[in-house]
Amino acid sequence: MFEKSVADLGRALAAKQVSAVELAKLYLERIERHKQLNAFLDVRPDVTLAQARDADARIARGDATALTGVPIAHKDIFVTRDFASTASSRMLKGYMSPFDATVVEKLGLAGMVTLGKLNCDEFAMGSSNENSYYGNVLNPWDKTAVPGGSSGGSAAAVAARIAPAATATDTGGSIREPAAFSGITGIKPTYGRASRWGMIAFASSLDQAGIMTRSAEDAALIFNGMLGFDPKDSTSVDRAGEDYTRSLNSSVKGLRIGLPKEFFGEGLQPDVEQAVREALADYVRQGAVLVDISLPNAALGIPVYYVIAPAECSSNLSRFDGVRYGHRAAHYGDLDDMIKKSRAEGFGAEPRRRILIGAYVLSHGYYDAYYIQAQKVRRIIADEFQQAFRQCDIIAGPVTTSVAFDFGEKAADPVAMYLSDLYTIPGSLAGIPGMSIPCGFGAKNRPVGLQLMSNYFEEAKLLGVAHQYQQATDWHKPIPGGFQ
Amino acid sequence: MSLTSSDVKRIAHLARIEITAAETEQTLGQLNGIFKLIEQLQSVDTTGIEPMSHPLGGGQRLREDIAIDHPDRDAIMKNAPASQDGLFLVPRVIE
Repeated sequence: MFEKSVADLGRALAAKQVSAVELAKLYLERIERHKQLNAFLDVRPDVTLAQARDADARIARGDATALTGVPIAHKDIFVTRDFASTASSRMLKGYMSPFDATVVEKLGLAGMVTLGKLNCDEFAMGSSNENSYYGNVLNPWDKTAVPGGSSGGSAAAVAARIAPAATATDTGGSIREPAAFSGITGIKPTYGRASRWGMIAFASSLDQAGIMTRSAEDAALIFNGMLGFDPKDSTSVDRAGEDYTRSLNSSVKGLRIGLPKEFFGEGLQPDVEQAVREALADYVRQGAVLVDISLPNAALGIPVYYVIAPAECSSNLSRFDGVRYGHRAAHYGDLDDMIKKSRAEGFGAEPRRRILIGAYVLSHGYYDAYYIQAQKVRRIIADEFQQAFRQCDIIAGPVTTSVAFDFGEKAADPVAMYLSDLYTIPGSLAGIPGMSIPCGFGAKNRPVGLQLMSNYFEEAKLLGVAHQYQQATDWHKPIPGGFQ
Repeated sequence: MSLTSSDVKRIAHLARIEITAAETEQTLGQLNGIFKLIEQLQSVDTTGIEPMSHPLGGGQRLREDIAIDHPDRDAIMKNAPASQDGLFLVPRVIE
């Protein structure tokens, strides 16, 4: 049963071949058995089984959705009423939210059953999941490799089949990079499509929720329950709902796939390039046309990102002061001392580093030179995407320069770690949908991801393009050794 | 340009994060590496380009300025490191 897709699980539940309680027990047992992955931070079987019983009652009443009774796990960036919400930080150890994030609430209303909360980089800051206060998540394909980050727990849980699907968030690549490193499907929608309400804020003009699954079809089904306008999020897009599965069966015949030459240049490892080129050849065999395009300033995405994201993070994380919630130091003098010590102890090295960069670029005398200049270059990059989409329907390329790296390989050098997101950051700055799908294996038999990007609000088309590939190939199907 | 130890101490104070002398030196090296990366932006000609603060442009939506009662004060207070009678406790600020 654990090898079944979200779509198949929904059908099996509807046909009463399996109950939601049976499914929940099966996955809880798998989570327990594969504890060494460290993917989960909080599991509460009583909560999960109560939700599963509600789902079974709903199926019996005949008012189920396609998702009712299907288990899901949530990245620990989404706050939840019934599980602790920590953002993988010491700062929020044991924090119990008085409400559910909108994404969690919507998927709950659709009848999905929560398996628990997933490990990630602290406050979603990182590319390897090595920044969690609660320890590394292992890559199910190779336990010496990072699972990617920041949504490392989500990626590992889906890859190891200890959850059929997992929510995740992407600020500069935190869905696509771990999806690529862990051999699964991950998609971030257009900025403003998923509600940010209850998503612990990192960089508000970039943060976007998405989903990690084993296939594009599963992602489309979950998007139907997850996305939509939310008045509680001031940047939520007020647009009519849509059926994200509607283009799954559209042919790619005549589809123009743009290949940015900057994504195939220096730094791209040959094993990744080979798998990506073969995937593109598969699309050509299905009738798609490859078009050379250029995003001349894409490489500036990294410096732009490392001004804007720290600036917004220093502002967002100023709320953690040890007064109303969060960590408070044991010993302190006056109020200022209490706040300084609580923040020094509560935040790990990476959030502290980013807060300091942000405080600097926003400080008097530097604001125009850094922050405003970065926002201007951000627009140049976003405009280049618009020019590119005049020549093509979809943009494709690698997700990362290499397959998953080893633990410790980049941990001591923040700049080397930041360069991991070279190909994912430009799309995040523009705010367009982006996706990673498995397209083969590279060095040390570690997975390779193909990145697909569409213009704003074209998630359905993007999912269709990915689904057509997954109908013609099997790269999304293998299960890592030890998890069969 | 390059940061100095006193810059690091100043921004740590602005960010209200306590920092030891040893941490200051280590942080200085890392921040200078990151700022070398960021410096690339200075050479880009951005004359006449509007800063992009939000992917979809436009302002933020406002709602009516009406107070809303939170239904569960106890649930909120449970997360407080120190509280008494529904109030958050902090070190004395006024003698």
